Amino acid sequence: MLDYLQKCFELYFRYEQYVPSYSEALDILAKDYLDKIDLVKLLNVEDEEIIKLMAKKAKRITELNFGKVILLYAPLYIANFCENGCVYCGFFKLRKYPREKLSLEQMEEEMLQIKNEGIDSILLLTGEDRKNSPFAYIKNACKLATKYFSEVSIEVYPLSKEEYEELARIGVIGITIYQETYIKKDYEKLHLFGPKKDYEFRLYTPERALKAGFKTACIGPLLGLSLPKLDVYAAILHADYLMKKYPQAEIAISFPRLRAANTEFKTKHVVSDKEFIKFLLVARLFLPRIGINLSTRERPNLRDALLDICITKISAGSKTTVGGYLGKKEDSQGQFEVEDRRMVTEIIEVIRKKGLRPEFTNWIRGVRPYELL
Amino acid sequence: MFTIGGKTLKSRLFVGTGKLPDYTLISKMYYEAKVEVFTVAVRRIGLNTKHEKSVLEFIPKEAVIMVNTSGATNYKEAIKIAQIGRELTSSDWVKVEIEKDTKYLFPDNYETLKACEILVKEGFKVFPYIYPDLTIAKELEQIGVTAVMPLAAPIGTNKGIGCEVLLKPIIAEVEIPVIIDAGIGRPSHAAQAMELGADAVLINTAIATAKDPLVMALAFSKAVEAGRLAYEIGLLKEYEYAQASSPLDDFIKG
Repeated sequence: MLDYLQKCFELYFRYEQYVPSYSEALDILAKDYLDKIDLVKLLNVEDEEIIKLMAKKAKRITELNFGKVILLYAPLYIANFCENGCVYCGFFKLRKYPREKLSLEQMEEEMLQIKNEGIDSILLLTGEDRKNSPFAYIKNACKLATKYFSEVSIEVYPLSKEEYEELARIGVIGITIYQETYIKKDYEKLHLFGPKKDYEFRLYTPERALKAGFKTACIGPLLGLSLPKLDVYAAILHADYLMKKYPQAEIAISFPRLRAANTEFKTKHVVSDKEFIKFLLVARLFLPRIGINLSTRERPNLRDALLDICITKISAGSKTTVGGYLGKKEDSQGQFEVEDRRMVTEIIEVIRKKGLRPEFTNWIRGVRPYELL
Repeated sequence: MFTIGGKTLKSRLFVGTGKLPDYTLISKMYYEAKVEVFTVAVRRIGLNTKHEKSVLEFIPKEAVIMVNTSGATNYKEAIKIAQIGRELTSSDWVKVEIEKDTKYLFPDNYETLKACEILVKEGFKVFPYIYPDLTIAKELEQIGVTAVMPLAAPIGTNKGIGCEVLLKPIIAEVEIPVIIDAGIGRPSHAAQAMELGADAVLINTAIATAKDPLVMALAFSKAVEAGRLAYEIGLLKEYEYAQASSPLDDFIKG
């Protein structure tokens, strides 16, 4: 993957300044399969008319591949202890605020609350701290979640292949892991200390999970940490690489934009709505079968506009604070600020108004990934 | 009227539900477009929640449910999914769909054959989704599947009968029903499949993503009927040149 990424970067820099003409862009859009050069060219498009055409094609591709359906899920933050020095993150170790983790009883209460909203797909999250949130703690949380949810995924610190195998065996289906930035020198600057400093270990995380029997992997950069266009390009090709190497897996991508997180970090790389939309469209055009997730970091009106264009999965009613679903804490203690605070019922109504069907169930309770174990 | 899997059906149009924008379309298709068989992916069968009823609640009692094992990547998984599907729906019709790639969704004929062997023994009415491969189709027939469902083109592509040269031998050589599945994008494609002699077609994307799925289901229903009628009466041959055909034939013959 590292060598591959390096080659991809070289190609990118050859076409970095290449903005396709209107007619060349049309030719690219007329193709069934895009190559890497097409990818760079489309990422360089600024012409609004072309972006509108890209949206039109993206919408059709999404419908053909995923139907008129949006999957719903909810994130559940179970612990916010963290050993890492990620300067942009609300869980940054040096940030002083009460660190907490949910007990199994508290977790169950929160899960029931989420379940009661009708959600059947859950993403469990922690910070990175093997002392306070050891693997066994995560495993117990997963076990509990499989009791209530048909699809259980994790967004926790990178684990070993053996640990992923254990989780797959108890029915965990998916992993979400953001590389944050694919640009190594910036990655090293942004992660001051802690296990997350290891760029490579993180980069190979989705592969360890997929080799261990996970069925789905969601990857992406955190836009705003480094050069956004280059990060999007790298993430799309990372996803493409995973799809080719693990064709049985379901790969998804997400482009979270950096939001205020109660830290001093100010980004030099602000991503405009137009850029953000273009990135999502290009991902869809290059990878027709990829899942695209959209988080509650984005504003309601923008989320709604994107729903029937290229999105396949959204979170709803999200709380990013430990204990947030039972309303115990302020959301300002969260990992990032939630922009879309609408209730699940409101989101469902929007989905239906768009002529789409909200889908809650994405896997089968009791069927472990691949049934190989 | 035709009989398949122990049921006598009027409609040769089977419809998939996975991509539908609204499950209330199912009963409309049943009553208005006379569709009788609906496929349901087991991975999409949710419980009734406060926001949405399970898809099963939307299927009229008289309709036939064919559960499908989509999402399965090997025969063990497919078997387990089929068993759960039967449990949830009380229907023993199962479409065996096993795919090892999520990009093209091509069926894995080898795993499919293994799954079918076991499912047939377990008493399922088995409908394997396959690549149009005559050898596999014959083997499946021998182990006792109810029908074979070869693809016309990759799922969701709307490309039509792309594999005609491979489908024709299957239709000719296999005694069990042949249902053309996947890739059919237009009513004319469905008619073409029926003209070739297919026993039924299964459509999802082309109906579900149409501007008005019910109207499109009606269009498909008519096309399937027309194609079948034409097949039964016998299609006329195509020629490169004009063919003499006149009342004088008898005289010319002398």
